[in-house]
Amino acid sequence: MSAHAEMTPLLSVRGVSKRYGAQIGCADMSFDLYPGEVMGIVGESGSGKSTLLACLAGHLRPDTGSVLFDTRADGLRDTVRMSEPERRMMSRTDWAFVHQNPRDGLRMAVSAGGNVGERLMAVGARNYGDIRRSAVDWLDRVEIDTGRIDDRPSTFSGGMQQRLQIARNLVTGPRLVFMDEPTGGLDVSVQARLLDLLRGLVRDMGLSAIIVTHDLAVVRLLADRLMVMKSGCVVEAGLTDQVLDDPQHAYTQLLVSSVLQV
Amino acid sequence: MSGCMRQEPDGARADYNFAYLDEQTKRMIRRAILKGLAIPGYQVPFASREMPMPYGWGTGGVQVSAAVMVPEDRFKVIDQGADDTTNAVSIRAFFERTAGVATTTRTREASVIQTRHRIPEEPLREGQILVYQVPIPEPLRFLEPRESETRKLHALEDYGLMHVKLYEDIARHGHIATAYDYPVRVEARYVMDPSPIPKFDTPKLADCPAIQLFGAGREQRIHALPPYTRVVPLDFEDHPFEASKPDHPCGLCGATDSYLDEVIVDDAGGRIFVCSDTDHCEARRDSGHVGEDTA
Repeated sequence: MSAHAEMTPLLSVRGVSKRYGAQIGCADMSFDLYPGEVMGIVGESGSGKSTLLACLAGHLRPDTGSVLFDTRADGLRDTVRMSEPERRMMSRTDWAFVHQNPRDGLRMAVSAGGNVGERLMAVGARNYGDIRRSAVDWLDRVEIDTGRIDDRPSTFSGGMQQRLQIARNLVTGPRLVFMDEPTGGLDVSVQARLLDLLRGLVRDMGLSAIIVTHDLAVVRLLADRLMVMKSGCVVEAGLTDQVLDDPQHAYTQLLVSSVLQV
Repeated sequence: MSGCMRQEPDGARADYNFAYLDEQTKRMIRRAILKGLAIPGYQVPFASREMPMPYGWGTGGVQVSAAVMVPEDRFKVIDQGADDTTNAVSIRAFFERTAGVATTTRTREASVIQTRHRIPEEPLREGQILVYQVPIPEPLRFLEPRESETRKLHALEDYGLMHVKLYEDIARHGHIATAYDYPVRVEARYVMDPSPIPKFDTPKLADCPAIQLFGAGREQRIHALPPYTRVVPLDFEDHPFEASKPDHPCGLCGATDSYLDEVIVDDAGGRIFVCSDTDHCEARRDSGHVGEDTA
């Protein structure tokens, strides 16, 4: 990883902590994410994965620490101390957030095309024809029949909704994608197809991503690096294959051995 | 109790304060109106009172009218363009009884005009006040149900969602099908709901010499457009805004440039198109204009 030495990290997390009263959400998290890198965060329910992701994506304000993002205009900026309009602009352009439940990330009463076009219109696209063309292009890229562009997502299957959510997020060409259990709640064959799609998009677009999941297969396929969280702290971190094949911490060993082999 | 009454012009009922509302309430509403005028298009919350009429009948408009009215005013009420429908007649009678102000049906003679769903055809002039009855003042309401979130969207000028609505129109109908209540941007800042006036009237909002006040009683909001304000309807480059009306002349006065209502006249499917603005139509007929359906 000597190449990393000269590169600026895309995202640099320094000492981020978030408490819920006496309860610890996540404690003193620090790591760097480099352009084109996919980081997996695994851990059991309640280990602070989602809290951490929400802090990074600006949905929650961490109690301490800073989240530095390499902005296109001004280089590294602390997104925690950015103004709300700046952060919103960032979350519409350079960032994307894929929710576990597509209903949280989609507008269910708006057609598929409108869902994909929303981010474009939010950053000022005012040409219907152009918006429509991007929507068709993106539906095609996530393998949704373009004939369904005017159908509402409520008529889509769970897997299609998730793919639509991904299209809607990637249409503005973000550089960093946050994913919260993107394959949760989908059956295994649909999961496999979605993972395949995600892997293709991440590699083609050179995206950086942070994927929170409790599914080790997901990180095995997608993530370059892995962090294992327990009780709000990182217990083990390293290259994905290294952590999964040779777990050092007792909790990681438990996690790896809990996966059922068919 | 009559000791509290401040003014009792001739004809007003002695058991009401001038224009029904007490002076403290009027003061509160005037403050909201002034704030609304200072920030065009911004929805100012106000403590809307119970009025002796149901919500949806113009409780917001009536409170705004009562707050701006002075004894010298001449008052006109429009309901969907007409001066002679239930809503218009009752509100006019309400202020005749509680304020004793003079009333009129002529746009030109009125100093305060309360309206539901229309802007008069005759151009307004300086010194006039147009008061709109507004059912839902929040243009983002049907796209974003949370009030906390819509306020944030207004504060941050985050209006992409409005275009999603127009996009949906074009995707579904091939053109922007929003025919009334057309969203507008005020002074390149706030997106405003102009109350359910037809799209045809939307251009009249802009650069108007009169003061335009919008009162929503149930929703407890007042917004305003000071004279000569820049008001631009939202649209797409390749689907520009178009003020539309039925493609007919008025059957009674022959006007080709006024907004028309379609009226069914018999059981055999017979129909005529007539001016929605009854005052405009009558004035034209009085000066000799004749339409082809005049019996």
